[in-house]
Amino acid sequence: MTKANAQAALLLLADGRFPAGGYAHSGGLEPAVQAGRVSNAAELEQFLVGRAESSGFVAAVFAAAACLFATREDFAALSDLEPEFDARIPSSELRAVSRMLGRQLLRAMSTIYPHPYFSVFGLAPHQPVVMGVAAAAFGLDARDAALAILHETVAGPAAAAAKVMSIDPFDVHAALVRVSERLDRLASAAAEHADDPVCDFPSLGSPLMDIAAEHHKRCDTRLFAS
Amino acid sequence: MTAHGALATERSADGMSSRLSVLRSQGFLVLRPCNSNGEEPLTNGRRNVARVALAAGTAGPLGGDDFTLEMHVGAGSTLVLTEISAMLVLPGSRRGRSTMRITVRVDEDATFVWMPKPIIAARGCDHEHDVRISLERNARMVMREETILGRHREEPGNFRTTLRITHEGRPLYHQQLRFGPAAEGSRSAAVLGNNRAVGSVIAVDPAWTDDTPTAAAFHPDAVMTPLPGPGMLISAVAHDSLQLRQLLDRGLDALGAPWRPEAARSSRDAATQSQFKSAG
Repeated sequence: MTKANAQAALLLLADGRFPAGGYAHSGGLEPAVQAGRVSNAAELEQFLVGRAESSGFVAAVFAAAACLFATREDFAALSDLEPEFDARIPSSELRAVSRMLGRQLLRAMSTIYPHPYFSVFGLAPHQPVVMGVAAAAFGLDARDAALAILHETVAGPAAAAAKVMSIDPFDVHAALVRVSERLDRLASAAAEHADDPVCDFPSLGSPLMDIAAEHHKRCDTRLFAS
Repeated sequence: MTAHGALATERSADGMSSRLSVLRSQGFLVLRPCNSNGEEPLTNGRRNVARVALAAGTAGPLGGDDFTLEMHVGAGSTLVLTEISAMLVLPGSRRGRSTMRITVRVDEDATFVWMPKPIIAARGCDHEHDVRISLERNARMVMREETILGRHREEPGNFRTTLRITHEGRPLYHQQLRFGPAAEGSRSAAVLGNNRAVGSVIAVDPAWTDDTPTAAAFHPDAVMTPLPGPGMLISAVAHDSLQLRQLLDRGLDALGAPWRPEAARSSRDAATQSQFKSAG
């Protein structure tokens, strides 16, 4: 099923301009800045590393597994991913955000590239699961799916950085370049977990993200939805 | 050193109280029946429940130690597990990783209350903490976990903890946390920042099956949020253990009776006062 060298499709899927609504989210950066926890380039870079290593890695494993299961057309295994991913997001607000982004990506993909894989989903599946299935539809493999979601995990907050804090955009991209090798490594590690029992999937948490998200939804002076 | 402890409760024949049916201590894991000290959510100082305190029989866990504790709260019974002192996780002389694995099965209509003292990850430690709790239908639970990153003015060693709770076989909560020199990004604003204490309270009640309490952000460093099932999470970070406990207690207070520890205090005070009145 997997097409060799489908890099162009991967670039398309991971591109922030893909019309799936990701631009409306700062990946937790805006609440972190508002809480005074991120205020300079070094703290932003640490934030990106922390996000990639915790919730980003967990999302990457789920995206990799979703891609693998879709490629195998094992739709029962695919449906097991939803409750396990739910249990790994303690914040009800962040669960809602993940499902909203998943719904938007599903809607975009269903029109842009209709595929029987997309008919298995309910109304609002989690974003990494849809991303994995979208990758499978494009003929990408599990590692590609993991890399796409990891890229989104850091590129989203990075794109939001210039809007929510005073920072040189070149410094932001310098941080992204330094993080990129880590993303490659994490994507490979995530793909290796994809065939583990789903209940044993990594579940690295990020308490400050959960705490910030619950505050952010009550904040009436915000630029981003999350 | 390895140690294996086991603990089980069952409902008494008359159905009025809970009794201990298994109490097995070994080495580090010393299990002792105890009385209420009143500071308890849910069981509210009740006397007809099974109460056990876990005491440390040796120092540690130290590098190389491997401890397992199995608990079974039988159908309809209530177990309250407390701790005598904080758990200081140390590297030990032989180095190597220490592990502590705890499994809890809470049967139908049973109640599990677990209020341990903080775990302190000392400099140089390498510890893996793993807790698995399975709740059957109509089981209730409340547990607290508090982790302190190093003793006073000390950077912690490598620490990794996993807590997985299932409810009627479905995953309800599954979180890992890691910090220490090997955990890159853990001191970032996404994970722990510069806080030295992190903790949570998880409460599960079958009464919340259709409707959990609403989320609340009651402090800049603490929130309360519904889990995907009949459970609530109170999550907090703090600069020290005292502030962490205050935040978690505030969360329990916000959950209201019967979860708030104060309820136990005030009802006991009321009982004491009425005793005095009747004596007078």
